[in-house]
Amino acid sequence: MSNQTRSRRLSAFESVDAAVSDPDRTVLRLDGVSKDYGQELAVENLDLEVKEGELLTLLGPSGCGKTTTLRMIAGLERPTAGAVSLEDDVIAGEGIFRKPEERDVGIVFQDYALFPHLSVAENIAFGLTDMDAEATASRVDELLELVDLRDHHDKMPAQLSGGQQQRVALARSLAPEPDVLLLDEPFSNLDVRLRVEMREEVRKILKRAGVTAISVTHDQEEALSISDRVAIMNDGAIAQVGDPGEVFENPESRFVASFLGQASFLSARVVDETIETGLGSFGTHRLNGPVEAYDGAMVDVLVRPDDLQAVPTSEPKADGYVVHRQYNGPSFVYRVELHSGDIVHCMHNHVETFEPGEPVEVDLAADHELAWYPTE
Amino acid sequence: MSSSDRFERLREQTSAEHTDSTAPTLLAVVALTISLVVLSPLVWLFLRAGEIAVPRAIELLTSQTTVEVTLNTLALVVGVTAASIVVGVPLAILTAQTDLPFRRFWTITSALPLVVPSYIGAFAFVSAFGPRGALADLLAPLGVEQLPTVYGLHGAVLVLTLFTYPYVFLTTRAALLSFDGTVVEAARSLNHTRWEAFKRVTLPQIAPGIAAGALLVALYTLSDFGTPAIMQYDVFTRMIYNEFGARRLDYASVLSMLLLVMALGILAVESRLNAGRDGAYVSRGSRQPGQIRLGRWKVPALTFCAGIASLCLVLPVAILLRWLVRSGTGYVGGGFAFELSYAWNSVGLAAAAAAISVLAALPVAYLAARSDTGLASLPERATYVGYAVPGVVLGLALVYLGLAYVPFLYQSVVLLVFAYVVRFLPQAVGTTESSILQVDPSYIEAARSLGYDPISAFRQVVLPLVAPGLAAGAALVFLTTMKELPATLMLRPTGFETFVTYIWLVQGAGYYGQAAVPALILVGVSGLSMLVILRREGSS
Repeated sequence: MSNQTRSRRLSAFESVDAAVSDPDRTVLRLDGVSKDYGQELAVENLDLEVKEGELLTLLGPSGCGKTTTLRMIAGLERPTAGAVSLEDDVIAGEGIFRKPEERDVGIVFQDYALFPHLSVAENIAFGLTDMDAEATASRVDELLELVDLRDHHDKMPAQLSGGQQQRVALARSLAPEPDVLLLDEPFSNLDVRLRVEMREEVRKILKRAGVTAISVTHDQEEALSISDRVAIMNDGAIAQVGDPGEVFENPESRFVASFLGQASFLSARVVDETIETGLGSFGTHRLNGPVEAYDGAMVDVLVRPDDLQAVPTSEPKADGYVVHRQYNGPSFVYRVELHSGDIVHCMHNHVETFEPGEPVEVDLAADHELAWYPTE
Repeated sequence: MSSSDRFERLREQTSAEHTDSTAPTLLAVVALTISLVVLSPLVWLFLRAGEIAVPRAIELLTSQTTVEVTLNTLALVVGVTAASIVVGVPLAILTAQTDLPFRRFWTITSALPLVVPSYIGAFAFVSAFGPRGALADLLAPLGVEQLPTVYGLHGAVLVLTLFTYPYVFLTTRAALLSFDGTVVEAARSLNHTRWEAFKRVTLPQIAPGIAAGALLVALYTLSDFGTPAIMQYDVFTRMIYNEFGARRLDYASVLSMLLLVMALGILAVESRLNAGRDGAYVSRGSRQPGQIRLGRWKVPALTFCAGIASLCLVLPVAILLRWLVRSGTGYVGGGFAFELSYAWNSVGLAAAAAAISVLAALPVAYLAARSDTGLASLPERATYVGYAVPGVVLGLALVYLGLAYVPFLYQSVVLLVFAYVVRFLPQAVGTTESSILQVDPSYIEAARSLGYDPISAFRQVVLPLVAPGLAAGAALVFLTTMKELPATLMLRPTGFETFVTYIWLVQGAGYYGQAAVPALILVGVSGLSMLVILRREGSS
């Protein structure tokens, strides 16, 4: 299908579905939500607000409680404390528990959970129980257009590729016009190449549908690339929430810093207006936020591979040695052990090569303020 | 596994019941009720045995008859099990790992004897080799007047081996096929000969498979009633049936308890074997070990396969066909004419048993499949009592349970159908559970997020997906009920005949010819049930 016809169909859909009316309105609110399984605390006192039409991603390592949070929003788990409210109605907590079928919450499952005995159209129509046959058929057609699967109306799920199955799953959960759509690790069942393609595609579909969506993933690249906001979770709580660039540039904690990107920490002593590091001295203006209170103390400065640049040099001028080379295709990441004992990473394009054991000087090439943390 | 995965695993374990506590509780209550009903005959048996005064019990237990019967039973079980290994293992190796000609054909003929109910096999052997049998007829003109008797231990061992060795054949073959051939190549690369590699690498890995089959044979032999009865060899099942016939209740129940203990012993060994066999059946590599060249052993190997196939398949069918031709249609001996109503009785009983079994199996299997806690699988385990309790014991328990508590049901088909359900429920639970396990639990969650309550989600999504499994379970129960012998004999209303009771009647009276048609039909019925099992295995 050409791009032109695709966009025409999508715009036809937009005219049917109302666009986001008020992007500042809170659709979903979690207040002090906790969940424990006997002794184990999966989610602890979690607060979260999701605005109309936004795509928020819960990002965290496996076991951080992100899937449990998602399932509590869906009504598949019952919170042990706190309250969940949707469109200003409490749906869990305060003695109320609305069952999954009594909430307007759609879910796209990790393995899609398409009903294998029903065709694509029957799957999409599954949740349209209070429409007559004609309305159902036209709604199904609308959604097939939205997800660009017009020709697959009568196919069975097993006949579809992974990406197509995912689009059907999206269409099925969008069909009853949920207040919130939940996506559980939506791209984990796709191969790497398709994953990148589907990220764009899914974001486009969600935006066209104007739906408020929460997705869950442990893949930081995915979270940063598709979300309007990301919430980094650790140990059952939200460590930081904000727009992807903000969170990546200014991690508020060491956990967030080390979780995002290939982070290294440079230990530094603050002396007046300068910091002394294994790479030499720099002005404190290169750090993010006021550091005066730490004068004379040690801090850890967050440096990512693209912040640093290695330069070949002779032994007396060297900051350290290359100890490892990791080839990523378009780039190399060198691990450098500094004389100060810190280990840092430098990223170079594939034409600049160093050999392990080579002495190098490391320059701080970052043109942005660096995040830092008091040394623990 | 890192500690951070714990929550996710925990979530998986608890998620099934966590959302909505009322429906699973109801399900658990239903499943538990079913399992208690199924267990009730056994409970009665324990109560009944407990009523016997201790001195009397000791007297019965230590009586010469009891000791003899115990020894006889042990001799039969050990003999049949050993002989089945001797026949089944070589056949499995020949068909799985050698260049035997027509391997597919021999694989089928080696498994096929399982479709001949052993009492029909016994009946065929008696009419072939017994006095006034086919062989005697053949040899009489040559002046041979006395044949060595076919009755007794050796006859029973022979017949039971020929019709149960396929259990060993099938499990051994499965173990051989699933096991990773590269380890044999590894052993050969470490300078082992083929035989050494077999002994040190292959055999230890297929041993659990062989043992699993051997235990099935042992359990079958222990609880089989028809064959020892026809072979006139006194084992527990035959004694219990005779004591029941003579209305000596206390001795019958003591013998039943002993038989039950032996059956449970075999099952205990089997479940330990299963627990320790993690992955023994799981294929870890796709490579098959290289074929063994038979060379000059090809002819002996073919002779062996052909010999077993002739004894198990050709001979019984030939005998039955011979009777069919000889008896003709006009000959009706001693008022033993077969009536069409017998067939309808069989079909009706089997259909009722199948329908009830599937209905009872569904909640039990669903509960077991959808939760990991030991408690939730308790009802499922309880239903396996039917697998452990020999038909004679169950029949006895129900006769007296019926007389004691529900006299209006005694000698009614209700009790008989109940006996079938207890005996064959494990088959329905097994197929149902395996088909439920194939249904992704998130289908229900998906349906609920689309506005369906749990019951309609189950009806709309799970039921259509498990329907083939339910149908297979029903078919299996139907077909096995058709050929069930001991409980049918003990519980049927007087004058109520089926295929099975008719065969029993005419063979007991020596009118073999009359049994040919129903016997052939039962062999066909068994063949169908095997097809059902194979199709299930092929599709999953």
